[in-house]
Amino acid sequence: MYGLTIAQARKKLDNKEISAVELTKASLQRLQSLDKKLNAFLTVTEETALESAKKADERIKNGDSTPLLGIPFSLKDMYLTKGIRTTAGSKVLEDYIPQYSSTVVEKLETAGAVLIGKNNQDAWAHGSSGENSDFGSTTNPWNTELVPGGSSSGPAVAVAAGIAPFSMGTDTGGSIRQPAALTNIVGLKPTYGRVSRYGTIAMASSFDTMGHFTKTVEDSAMVLSVTAGKDAKDATSSPKPIDAYTKDIDTSIKGLKIGMPKEYFIDGMDEKVKEATMSAIKKLEELGAEIVEISLPHTQYAIDIYYVLQTAEVSSNLARYDGIRYGNTREFFGDEAKRRIMLGTFVLAHGYYDAYYKRAMKIRTLIKQDFEKAFEKVDVIATPASPTTAWKIGEKVDDPLAMYLSDVFTVTGNVAGIPGLSVPAGFVKNLPVGMQLLGPMFGEKLLFQVGRQYELATKWYEKEPNL
Amino acid sequence: MVRKGAKFMNTFDKLSARYTPVIGLEVHVELNTKSKMFCECDNNWFGAKPNTHTCPVCLGLPGALPVPNKKAIEGCIKIGMALGCDIPLISKFDRKNYFYPDLAKGYQISQYDQPFSEHGSITLSSGKKIGITRAHMEEDTGKLMHETVNGQHVSLIDFNRSGSPLVEIVTEPDFESAEEVKEYLQKLRAIVRYLGVADGDMEKGGMRLEPNISLRAEDQKELPNYKVEVKNINSFNFVVDAIEYEIKRHTEALEKGETPKQETRGWDEDQHRTISQRSKEEAADYRYFPEPDIPPFVWTKEYLDGLRKELPELPDAKKGRFVEQYGLTNYNADLLTRTDAMSRYFEEVVKIGKEQLVDAKTIANTIINKKIDTETVLPAELVKSIVALSQVSGVSDEELQTVLKTVLTHNEKSVADYKAGKTNAIMFLVGQAMRELKGKAKADTVRTELEKLLS
Repeated sequence: MYGLTIAQARKKLDNKEISAVELTKASLQRLQSLDKKLNAFLTVTEETALESAKKADERIKNGDSTPLLGIPFSLKDMYLTKGIRTTAGSKVLEDYIPQYSSTVVEKLETAGAVLIGKNNQDAWAHGSSGENSDFGSTTNPWNTELVPGGSSSGPAVAVAAGIAPFSMGTDTGGSIRQPAALTNIVGLKPTYGRVSRYGTIAMASSFDTMGHFTKTVEDSAMVLSVTAGKDAKDATSSPKPIDAYTKDIDTSIKGLKIGMPKEYFIDGMDEKVKEATMSAIKKLEELGAEIVEISLPHTQYAIDIYYVLQTAEVSSNLARYDGIRYGNTREFFGDEAKRRIMLGTFVLAHGYYDAYYKRAMKIRTLIKQDFEKAFEKVDVIATPASPTTAWKIGEKVDDPLAMYLSDVFTVTGNVAGIPGLSVPAGFVKNLPVGMQLLGPMFGEKLLFQVGRQYELATKWYEKEPNL
Repeated sequence: MVRKGAKFMNTFDKLSARYTPVIGLEVHVELNTKSKMFCECDNNWFGAKPNTHTCPVCLGLPGALPVPNKKAIEGCIKIGMALGCDIPLISKFDRKNYFYPDLAKGYQISQYDQPFSEHGSITLSSGKKIGITRAHMEEDTGKLMHETVNGQHVSLIDFNRSGSPLVEIVTEPDFESAEEVKEYLQKLRAIVRYLGVADGDMEKGGMRLEPNISLRAEDQKELPNYKVEVKNINSFNFVVDAIEYEIKRHTEALEKGETPKQETRGWDEDQHRTISQRSKEEAADYRYFPEPDIPPFVWTKEYLDGLRKELPELPDAKKGRFVEQYGLTNYNADLLTRTDAMSRYFEEVVKIGKEQLVDAKTIANTIINKKIDTETVLPAELVKSIVALSQVSGVSDEELQTVLKTVLTHNEKSVADYKAGKTNAIMFLVGQAMRELKGKAKADTVRTELEKLLS
């Protein structure tokens, strides 16, 4: 019963072929049997999961049929869960039990989704491989000697391994799209301000977005329809009404203009990944889209300014973990957190602010303008999601710069605030490759349409890892 | 307070004449909004059990986000407007990063380079203008309490105050004496109270004062090359004392050819002196940057005009009007406009008094001299008692008329003088009548009645 998409499970639940309790038990069994190998979960909430599943069954019995009712899911350990340990993957919060739940968690609970556990991740969402977790690396279901990508390593693997039909991650520089690409699943980074950040541990506040992993684009649209919307508790959440995301996803993409930015097909990236992405874009052309070569001239600065601005915000956001209130002292911060605190403190220091932070903000504006101009010419932009496929655990841990570069194609989306969708786009040497679709602000609906048409034509998502 | 060493003070007075104090002031005014600055917690926490007015936001818990309180921001802008500040159309919050146990998030949300209001002034009674650099918005911190629990010295944190809205009002270094500072503070407090945005209650920490002080030699044009800040004083008198103490301390140092150390000091109430707290070398680098959790504010002119229309008549304007409209002395007008409540009371009494021909000046004098409790004495009652008082007490009208007529008959010369235009002559007649009446009637009444008889 595991490995179902949300849409498939929804149908079975509504037809009373299965119950939410059965579905939840199957998820928990799959979790127990695989997690020694995958290390994707930090906390399993079996008891509360079965309780929520029972409640969901009651609601289904009473004719309720909301999209996520009775569907098991898991959360990156950045999402606060009232009464359930929330660690951010860091030993600093090893025993921290929040007094409140994040808005997203409340929305999912209200929708009747069933939380089965909290996922492993790079500590504080710092990383692109999952190896920065203070609770051990998560492994890639396609080859457990490889990283699954990060920082939302656990949530990606929970879906890729068929444990949960969907999971919530956070994407600050690519932390959803990149692991989705490396594990053959769909990852959505929504527009900044589309999904409330309230109650999710902050990494870099002006970049953080609350997105999710699913097996299909259709499922992704279903989840966003629940999580999106204005939240009175998040001043940066947008009052813009949410679209009917699942509507029109079956509409042909004929006549849509898809931009192919030359800066995203660069020397030094994996040639095979480049080829796979090119052929994915070719597929879009076959489906009737018009491919337009475009330029996003400031792309090359994105990683640099991201590591100025993001670390500045990190250094401030981590200040509250000062050893007074959350159990463990600052000694418990790992190397990467310390590195970012130091970098961020430096770029904000008196006398350096103008040279680093202020200049970086100016370039941020230029990158935003690059996209604004591009979206005057094209509807959607297609790029590779990651310059490489999954790599060996340990391969880049001593080279933070190489690690930072694995976000080179995704980080621009966070800098600009635009939405990005990573969809499975084939395999290179039996390892998944992802295509990233970028849209204009609040253009999620369009991304779902293009992604859905592509997945229906290719069905890459049907290929599952051999576990 | 008793100052030691009269002899020393004499010397000091002579020396200090050679230096001009250069004083600037930072005032934190706590706003009286219903909820806190960035969350929905009840802002009326004074006297409440510690940590009962808290939520994830003001506790700075992981994941919590600030949502700015519109009322508080309007309060800040109104203060800015009342101080004659420019209100920029674009403004934002910034993070001020520093570590202190009472600072829940490890940073304070404040305003750095784009405050809600800047460039205003307050005019003192001397006509001197004190420049206001800016009035910006920020959040208050929690409160540390150092106590002994089970024989152990411990520090406890109460987060009730954390996240309360504060407006920080910063002046230019325009003050030259403690007295000027005190008058400024009285005016500032009156303004925020008139606006209704703050209570300015010193006992509750509603205004916290931080003067910075230095001395400039008589022949020196530029600002001194040092500055001593005295932190967190909670009374106008202590500010005066602290400033005077510092002026004395700096004078002594300068006379010895030393420059006082640039530092932050605290006011020790018990020892009645300032104490060094932090030197410049230890000064914090706050690493300000724009608060990413709160989008910048873009005001429209219409919105600001609307706020401006909500401003009440402010103390200085009202004082001027009282002098103009009611013929009050500056002194009386000042006393009657110190609080909005008092000024409203006065005008209410004047309105009622008008029907009974009681004039505004008499009302002003009565309120001030008799120290009328405006909260218990109703305006109508006050008018009644003024009318009663103005009538002769102790003598009947008949008796009074008899006495006055007798006086007129016995003093024909004065009567003639008066009728010939020497109006001063009436004073002699009043005196005579008062003597006969043995103080049983009021001089005003006697004079009025005599004038009637003579006309």
